[in-house]
Amino acid sequence: MSQIKKNPPSDAFAPGDFEIVGADTAQSERFARRPVTYWGDALRRFRQNKLAVAAFFLLLLITIMTIAVPMLSPYDYAKQDLKVRKQWPSADHWFGTDDLGRDLFTRVWQGGRVSIAIGVLGALIVAAVGCVYGGIAAYFGGWVDMLMMRIVEILSSVPNLLVIIMMSIILDSSSIPTLLLAMTITGWCPVARLVRSQMLQISRSEYVMAARVMGVPPLQIVLRHMIPNTLSLIIVNITFRVPGFIFSEAFLSYVGLGVQPPNTSWGALASAGQANLLFYPYMMLFPSLFIALTMLCFTLMGDGLRDALDPKLRR
Amino acid sequence: MSELLKVENLSVSFLSYAGEVRAVRDVSFHVDARETLALVGESGCGKTVTSKSIMRLLGRTTGVIQPGSHIYYKGEDILAMDKKRLSQIRGSEISMIFQDSMTSLNPTMTVGAQITENIRTHARVSRADALRRAEELLRMVEIPNPHERLRNYPHQLSGGMRQRAMIAIALAMDPSLLIADEPTTALDVTIQAQLLDLLRGLKDRLGMSIILVTHDLGIVSDFADRVQVMYAGRIVERGTVEEIFQNPRHPYTWALLRSIPGMAPDRKSRLYSLHGTPPDLLLPLEHCPFAARCEYCMPICKKQPPAETVLSDTHGAACWLLHPNAPRVEIPRGIGGVNRD
Amino acid sequence: MTEPYLFEVNDLCRYFPAKKNGIVKAVDGVSFRIRQGETFSLVGESGCGKTTCGRTLLGVYPKTAGSILWKGRETCQLTRAELKQFKRENQMIFQDPYSCLDPRMTIGTIIQEGMRVHFDLPPRARDQRVAELLFKVGLTADFASRFPHELSGGQRQRVGIARALAMEPSFIVCDEPIAALDVSIQAQVVNLMIDLQRDLGLTYLFISHDLSMVRHISDRIGVMYLGTLVEVSDTDPLYDRPMHPYTQALFSAIPAVGRRQSGKRIRLEGEIPSPMDPPPGCRFSSRCPHAAAQCRQTSPSLRELEPGHLVACHRAEELNG
Repeated sequence: MSQIKKNPPSDAFAPGDFEIVGADTAQSERFARRPVTYWGDALRRFRQNKLAVAAFFLLLLITIMTIAVPMLSPYDYAKQDLKVRKQWPSADHWFGTDDLGRDLFTRVWQGGRVSIAIGVLGALIVAAVGCVYGGIAAYFGGWVDMLMMRIVEILSSVPNLLVIIMMSIILDSSSIPTLLLAMTITGWCPVARLVRSQMLQISRSEYVMAARVMGVPPLQIVLRHMIPNTLSLIIVNITFRVPGFIFSEAFLSYVGLGVQPPNTSWGALASAGQANLLFYPYMMLFPSLFIALTMLCFTLMGDGLRDALDPKLRR
Repeated sequence: MSELLKVENLSVSFLSYAGEVRAVRDVSFHVDARETLALVGESGCGKTVTSKSIMRLLGRTTGVIQPGSHIYYKGEDILAMDKKRLSQIRGSEISMIFQDSMTSLNPTMTVGAQITENIRTHARVSRADALRRAEELLRMVEIPNPHERLRNYPHQLSGGMRQRAMIAIALAMDPSLLIADEPTTALDVTIQAQLLDLLRGLKDRLGMSIILVTHDLGIVSDFADRVQVMYAGRIVERGTVEEIFQNPRHPYTWALLRSIPGMAPDRKSRLYSLHGTPPDLLLPLEHCPFAARCEYCMPICKKQPPAETVLSDTHGAACWLLHPNAPRVEIPRGIGGVNRD
Repeated sequence: MTEPYLFEVNDLCRYFPAKKNGIVKAVDGVSFRIRQGETFSLVGESGCGKTTCGRTLLGVYPKTAGSILWKGRETCQLTRAELKQFKRENQMIFQDPYSCLDPRMTIGTIIQEGMRVHFDLPPRARDQRVAELLFKVGLTADFASRFPHELSGGQRQRVGIARALAMEPSFIVCDEPIAALDVSIQAQVVNLMIDLQRDLGLTYLFISHDLSMVRHISDRIGVMYLGTLVEVSDTDPLYDRPMHPYTQALFSAIPAVGRRQSGKRIRLEGEIPSPMDPPPGCRFSSRCPHAAAQCRQTSPSLRELEPGHLVACHRAEELNG
């Protein structure tokens, strides 16, 4: 038997210790925890995920570099200097030069501009289109929903790459807007599905029912309940979609359908470097490294955001 | 009677962002062979955590059983067992049934496969023998057409049937101890009554002990031999069913009994109710945890935690009112059996 | 002279389309009346249609057939202004204290939501009203800036009540308001509801499966089984002398403190049939210990056996003679 705890003897108490005073109603319902807002709580949980925070700061750094380096660099990214072709990394050219003598350090950051811009813009475009489309389908429901979802199913059954290649042939241009259009024209379909199902789920929740019983107009229900409760899902989705777009762009540039010289992107740089891979591996190494690093960062940050914004995980 | 299970100084904590949530605080009790012990209390009082600790079912990162805790099953400390021994005991010597049969059964396996799986992990039996045993078990839990039901998936069964199937799985290896965590909460009254009758019959027939975790005092008075009332991670009162219902001594037990609507004198009169909500278990609570809501609260209650006052071999309560210095307080009218008239 | 009826429901049906062209007859030919100022309860087991009934009454679900008269007017023929009044005067309290409050809104915003639609108040007055309402349900004004996840189940349920009260309603559908709460908290909420009824003259439709709580709070009770009403009566006669075999079985199954009563319990065999495929004739005939040939052919309608005590059973006289 473990030690038995006993109450102290009778004389161990102060007088008045045993007078019934009753329940303290003010104390019985006070908060033991500090007030936390929804976003405050999410931020706290995001901060706990060290990897996600590191990814966030690394991305911030990369973004600043893509803006700053091409502006501050002594070299112009498009300027050829045939005297310094194919130089290995040195104090003058940190990442070396390519076969036309262009400074690779400047080019990598210039390419980063294009790659990240395409990634972020692409994700934002599909999110916006998907939200509107999915929202409309969920809101009207019935046959409208049916029709809109069948269209989504048909669109998403067309192979992505085929669409992109056809688009760039039809439009006969390889500018960045064309590239974006080609990549997003069917890319919004999964977002639309996601938003629709989330909105349907919310519209069946009891708080929306309460609002309907009180006669709150539909538009207000959408603005005050449906959209705020879908927002976190969309934010997470955008973060997860950015690396997909960066990768698609890299792939397209790699096969020659993407950004055209003298402008460049990480994919185009890697493609150019591939020709010299055996003798000048650094030409491919740096752009590939940044593609991988950026994609990894977005994925890690997305994981962190998803955990931070998931109301089921809150304690 | 022989002691089957003995829990000593069990403390369990959960780590949350705001600090350490002490869900179970220094709880000791025992279960005899062939008896039913009920753990009663409101949500968050630690009754489920206690029962899960016995099976060591708490996730390693979330629920931490504090050092100094011991759970002896037939004299062997469950908390010190290695994985191999633990898996021998789990599901065969000690079994558990849960509130939600839909999530605790595997939706992709037939009922028959789930029962035979449990049999074959614990005993060397051929598949055919295991299936025969499974059918026998389904018959035992009074599922009609047991032979056909073996091939059903959980979603093809109704709530009551699923609960029966879960009991069949739990009983597959003739356990000595069955832990039933709110086994009838999700069911309708008529189904609930069927299931309790079934459990009672099985308990007598198989001679097992049951730990019943519930918040429903009606079921407890009907079903249990002994009762432990838990509040904020501690046992505040323990006793036989007669002692708890006829002669309760802790104000929290009084409050629980008095808030049952059948006890109120008139329709639409105010029901007895407690103020406030149970304390946040994040707080250290270095005093009586019930003090803030107790209508008999005394200054001492906010200074020191009361130790258990032993009232009989089986009856004890942790309350300062039972201290010799305290004023004598009668059991409120309407509950208990002593001062009814 | 009888008290005026607030709601008159006649032969209300609500069917849901189901998979494979099936139809779930969730509510099938239900008639009842609710008097001003009373508490009318619908009891029954899960799937009996009591929740659907309450939701159809408030127009959350459109009705399939039948009529709902509110203050003598058919609810689907209300004018715009009348409909707005209907939506203000008739409110709802929900079962799940977790999903009935929007997790992104503060308690204050939640309570103000309906107020913005129906009352033209400046923000200061609204905040003040929120504080009054919180006080009325036993909470303090500083709850207004908190978020739902910071509150316990009982506190959330009281916020749900405050939200309904903000509309200055006359009628509230209480859909299992205490099912998800702990015993000691249940009593708090029920007391609050009783106090509010007395102070504000509210009428309740109380939907629950908790028979002892229903007995405590109701004036009249309707017992539902598989989409139909099987018995309607004042509370005391119903509990003293239930007449329908289902009601008898249901009441005998209540686990009660202090009486070990497994002996006299009427044990129903089998499970509740699916509302997609109800048995022919009387819906209870497949489980009824007294079912006769007639019960399996024609479905009984509600008959007044004693003043105010209606039973839908062919053999009611015989069995209760």
